[in-house]
Amino acid sequence: MTASPPRSAFWRGFREGLPFVLVIAPFGLLFGVVATEAGLNLAETMAMTVLVIAGASQFAAVQMMADNAPALVVVVTALAVNLRMAMYSAALTPHLGRAPVWQRALIAYTLVDQCYALAAQEYELRPQQSTAQKVAYFFGASLAVCPWWYGMTLIGATLGEAIPPSFALDFAVPITFLAMIAPMLRTLAHLAAALVSVSVALMLAWMPHNTGLLVAGLVAMAAGAQTELWQARRRATQ
Amino acid sequence: MTTVETWAVILLLGVGTFVLRFSFLGMIGGRPMPEWVLRHLRYTPVAVLPALVAPAVVWPAATGGETDPARLLAAFATVAIGLATRNALWSILGGALTLYGALWLLG
Repeated sequence: MTASPPRSAFWRGFREGLPFVLVIAPFGLLFGVVATEAGLNLAETMAMTVLVIAGASQFAAVQMMADNAPALVVVVTALAVNLRMAMYSAALTPHLGRAPVWQRALIAYTLVDQCYALAAQEYELRPQQSTAQKVAYFFGASLAVCPWWYGMTLIGATLGEAIPPSFALDFAVPITFLAMIAPMLRTLAHLAAALVSVSVALMLAWMPHNTGLLVAGLVAMAAGAQTELWQARRRATQ
Repeated sequence: MTTVETWAVILLLGVGTFVLRFSFLGMIGGRPMPEWVLRHLRYTPVAVLPALVAPAVVWPAATGGETDPARLLAAFATVAIGLATRNALWSILGGALTLYGALWLLG
């Protein structure tokens, strides 16, 4: 039996990435609208979308820019939202670490949640594939997912200026975030992290320049990690 | 925020995000991360995002910081639907419908 060429892995990645269009397209549209409402012009909105391609952190940045938070706090908070991507990077390294550096750079650039989820599943199902096949699969998935983010943001940013304030769009960001968070609350540890996060953020809302948010994030991460440890110990003693 | 600050945020966020994604793949290579680091990174989204929205839900800027029953109701509906369906899009749709319904009813 001969190994299938990277080309077929590429198209498998592309096909398996396509369903995510249903998620990416509305979020991209919404980001374009929200960024425009927050005062970003078309060039700024598109630059952020193309350079960052990380939805949740972009929404976070735009929300804080609209709240007049200092630039440094905006960057630190939005990067904190993206910290999980270092974990994705570590998880994919055993499979993709031997690819040429330009391919790894391109993979890193498109390492969004959806591509990570697809690749992690693929490499678990087909660990024997060559590095070239694994890279091809990843690029297929990226090509199915990422262009939609750019395109729909562009449409949203163009439409955004035409939407009147009576649509209560100020609340699009909170609703979007809550909708992203709720499905992530799969375990007691995730739930504990979220509850601590909300409580500490509300208690520290008096702190200047949204810095209470950074404290809340750190405390909540620790709460999640500690809950996980505590549960693991309990299971071990049972 | 000035134009220069806006562009600085965009560039730093772009570079920083790339560095996070490139970290292990590009620079650190195959060395495994310590278990305690992974354990904390797992919770970053659920730790940071709720803290970001909680004040905006309880004290919305659009109402001058007054707690707004319509927005509060919409937030609860969004979370409830998200928990029940495990689907972000249904959750957004339900939250938006609740918001517009409540704004219309409560005037």
